[in-house]
Amino acid sequence: MTYETIIGLEVHVQLKTESKVYCGCSTNFGSPPNTQTCPVCLGFPGSLPVLNKKAFELACKVALALNCKISQQIRFDRKNYFYPDLPKNYQISQFAKPLGYDGLLDIFKDGTTKRIRIRRVHLEEDTGRLLHESLENFSLIDFNRSGIPLLEIVTEPDLDSPEEAVTYLASLKSILQYLEVSDCNMEEGSLRCDANISVRPQGQTELGTKTEIKNLNSFKNVKLALEFENKRQLNILKSGSRVIQETRLWNPEREITDSMRTKEEAHDYRYFPEPDLLPFDFEEANLEDIRKTIPELPDARRKRFIKEYGLSEYDAGVIIQEKTLADFFERCAALYERRKILANWLIVELLGILNQNNINIRELSLKESHLVDMLKMIDENIISGKIAKELLPEIIRTGRPPQELVSQRGLLQITDTEELERIIEQVISENPKAVEDFKKGKPRATMFLVGKVMEKTKGKANPKLVNEIIEKKLKEEI
Amino acid sequence: MDLTCLTAHKLLELLDNKEITVEEILDALFERIERLQPKLSAFASFDKKEAISRWQKNKERIKDKRLFGIPILIKDNICVKDELTTCASRILKDFKPPYNATVIDRLEASGAILLGKANMDEFAFGSSTESSAYYITRNPWDLDRVPGGSSGGSACAVASHQTILALGSDTGGSIRQPASFCGAVGLKPTYGRVSRYGLIAFASSLDQIGPITKDVEDAAILLSVISGYDPKDSTSAQIPVPDYRKIIKEPVKGMKIGIPKEYFQEGIDKEVELSIKEAINKFKDLGAICEEISLPHTEYAVSVYYLVATAEASSNLARYDGVQYGYRAPSPSAPQPPSPLLDMYKRTRAEGFGAEAKRRILLGTFALSSGYYDAYYLRALKVRTLIKQDFDEAFERFDCILTPTSPTAAFKIGEKIEDPLTMYLSDIFTISVNLAGIPGVSIPCGFTKEKLPIGLQILGKPFDEATILKAAYNFEQATEYHLRSPSL
Repeated sequence: MTYETIIGLEVHVQLKTESKVYCGCSTNFGSPPNTQTCPVCLGFPGSLPVLNKKAFELACKVALALNCKISQQIRFDRKNYFYPDLPKNYQISQFAKPLGYDGLLDIFKDGTTKRIRIRRVHLEEDTGRLLHESLENFSLIDFNRSGIPLLEIVTEPDLDSPEEAVTYLASLKSILQYLEVSDCNMEEGSLRCDANISVRPQGQTELGTKTEIKNLNSFKNVKLALEFENKRQLNILKSGSRVIQETRLWNPEREITDSMRTKEEAHDYRYFPEPDLLPFDFEEANLEDIRKTIPELPDARRKRFIKEYGLSEYDAGVIIQEKTLADFFERCAALYERRKILANWLIVELLGILNQNNINIRELSLKESHLVDMLKMIDENIISGKIAKELLPEIIRTGRPPQELVSQRGLLQITDTEELERIIEQVISENPKAVEDFKKGKPRATMFLVGKVMEKTKGKANPKLVNEIIEKKLKEEI
Repeated sequence: MDLTCLTAHKLLELLDNKEITVEEILDALFERIERLQPKLSAFASFDKKEAISRWQKNKERIKDKRLFGIPILIKDNICVKDELTTCASRILKDFKPPYNATVIDRLEASGAILLGKANMDEFAFGSSTESSAYYITRNPWDLDRVPGGSSGGSACAVASHQTILALGSDTGGSIRQPASFCGAVGLKPTYGRVSRYGLIAFASSLDQIGPITKDVEDAAILLSVISGYDPKDSTSAQIPVPDYRKIIKEPVKGMKIGIPKEYFQEGIDKEVELSIKEAINKFKDLGAICEEISLPHTEYAVSVYYLVATAEASSNLARYDGVQYGYRAPSPSAPQPPSPLLDMYKRTRAEGFGAEAKRRILLGTFALSSGYYDAYYLRALKVRTLIKQDFDEAFERFDCILTPTSPTAAFKIGEKIEDPLTMYLSDIFTISVNLAGIPGVSIPCGFTKEKLPIGLQILGKPFDEATILKAAYNFEQATEYHLRSPSL
């Protein structure tokens, strides 16, 4: 029997506001513990929440970008449960009427588009953070995070593999970054993901019993955890047993999921309307104002890059993923006509440097004009491509223009035929075997000799010219 | 001249004319408090030195002098910065809030002097002040009787002249019923009229802070100080506050008053009924038009109230868990429980809350539980809407509504405490007002043969406190009940 996998994701994303969602405390990351707190976010007796307008607008912006319908009446609910990181022992959330619902996100994978339905988008508050490390028999609580606006984005069970789940996450992250509503940093916890997964025999209409997986703090862990859980559930079904509905915790060290609580132990959150925040009607006009702040989104930009710059689907897809990189590409493209070459440099060289240092292009001090000038120097045979690859990190490190670095370090390409002929003659005389090979009709002998010349010139020789001269010389030998 | 028995508006006049000093008022009051506290237990906490030093420090912050030099007693569920605020509960024993309630900021900006904190039913759960974790407050007219509740300390202190003014809070009658039992004036403002910021929540959709005073004019002055929009409370209304003190002195001639028949059925004490009937006649004499009306959903009010209020309370009281502040049960020496956190929660709440608080938390938790929510909480919300509609319809034709405040005068200590249902029914005439969110005032309108005060309740349209205070003022000026004091 063949089985299919069904996955739904719940993503929590911290919204980038100056102040918290129900009070005026700062949301700055990394401040000393409990320095960004007040009676409201500490849940002190008598304190009351006041909705942060900015947080609400950012939430609407996301809901609109995900093609959601927006609830006409906005209301909040209390989610009741006891835990020390939740100072009121209830979370002000949205349950009965999420602000956004029935949305769509098109994900793009291997040349095809798949439509993922978004069930709901709602605004809530983050909890504090428990610290267990420092003291024995004690736990500490940092409430700086308590009350930071959190957006929950829930899909329908429309994803059919761990890879597709990651593709969805990457697309969602990309959209959130384009909207400039969040840092989307999984390590710092500004983007978090819980996954629901079930398997069922192919052709069965009702869903299999699902498990919920928590503690997924990177794309890699999302993929590994879902792969593990997928296999675990398949093995259970194949052995004739039944999957238990439960919440499981991903253990990234051992790369397994462990049972956390079963359905019987699940919380009854006793949701009810939050009496401290009155429901309010959302004006169509305000919605339009928010809609106007939505920029061109990744999908539209990818299509435009293909059309406008003649990029391949793959190249366009890679470049648009990070908004900052796509912006950089466009600024370079305004100065440089050969866009495919530009794209190639961005994808192969620049992205390599960015990923290695785990930074984005904005944090890299590279001027568009410097990159473009360097590409033009290759085009004009002033430097070789090989030299350029070595030059790029230098440009980034020093912030100097490429022309200056090239002349300073003597990296100019050797295009002087006389000098090249002299070097080539020397190489030919040092490698009689290669000449013999050539005579026997082995074309690779030429490439070998070109390599030797490049080696001798430390890559500065113009390879095209070297090739021509060698072929000419060898033919003369015959 | 005994300054303790004067009203705020009289004292303001004397202070203005420099006939008396603030120190003289404070000396007189604290002398009386020290004499009467052992007898009546109206205060949860007080400290003369602290009150004076706070007043001295506050002087620079005074913006207007509407209450300059007037002492006021604060119910113990209203946060006063750095002062004990315990809700008369063991679980908040020693709790000193790091901030002032908005009403406290407003009082201090008007020059009022905070005398101390008033005893109350624990977390305002009760109608007799018997559920206080401290002690039972006594009715100044008969020490064997309750002062009413939950603002029993505030009402008792006003009636026994241990304070000039007091603040109470009213979730289902907690200002009006004790005012009626003690012979004081008690006003529950419209929901949203007074900021709840810093009022320790019982039921957030019902709670309001309001004045308890010796006469209607004082209530008008105090209301005008504490009212108005507060950006820190999303449920406070952006509606201008009129000059109550001026409006109340207008005549009531031609005023249309509805008398709901549902408030005069079985259960009401004969003496109470008679007093109210006399009050109605008095209004007719003053030129008001009184007609019988119907509020058909009145009989459901108590049931609806005990679902909505307990549901909200169960959530509001969840934060008292021993983690950050208040009481925490000491950890057991040995053996270590399997879940130390759960153990801490359970023992802290078992030891910290009294019986009535536990009963309401259980009721509310049950009403919100999955599978029961629709049948209880959601249904209660629907009936709440019907109750509100009853009032809306009545107020299309009438300016205000007259009822008794309570079916009986003050009952005996211990009489109802073992029978929660009977206790809950003592709020039967006050509860609908909170569910509908409208304002209501209780004023003295007579005495029983046993010399216990009887209260008349006047209800008005949302944000029309002016009209009910005007009716109350006119009645008060035409009668003498408010001038009587208990002999102590």
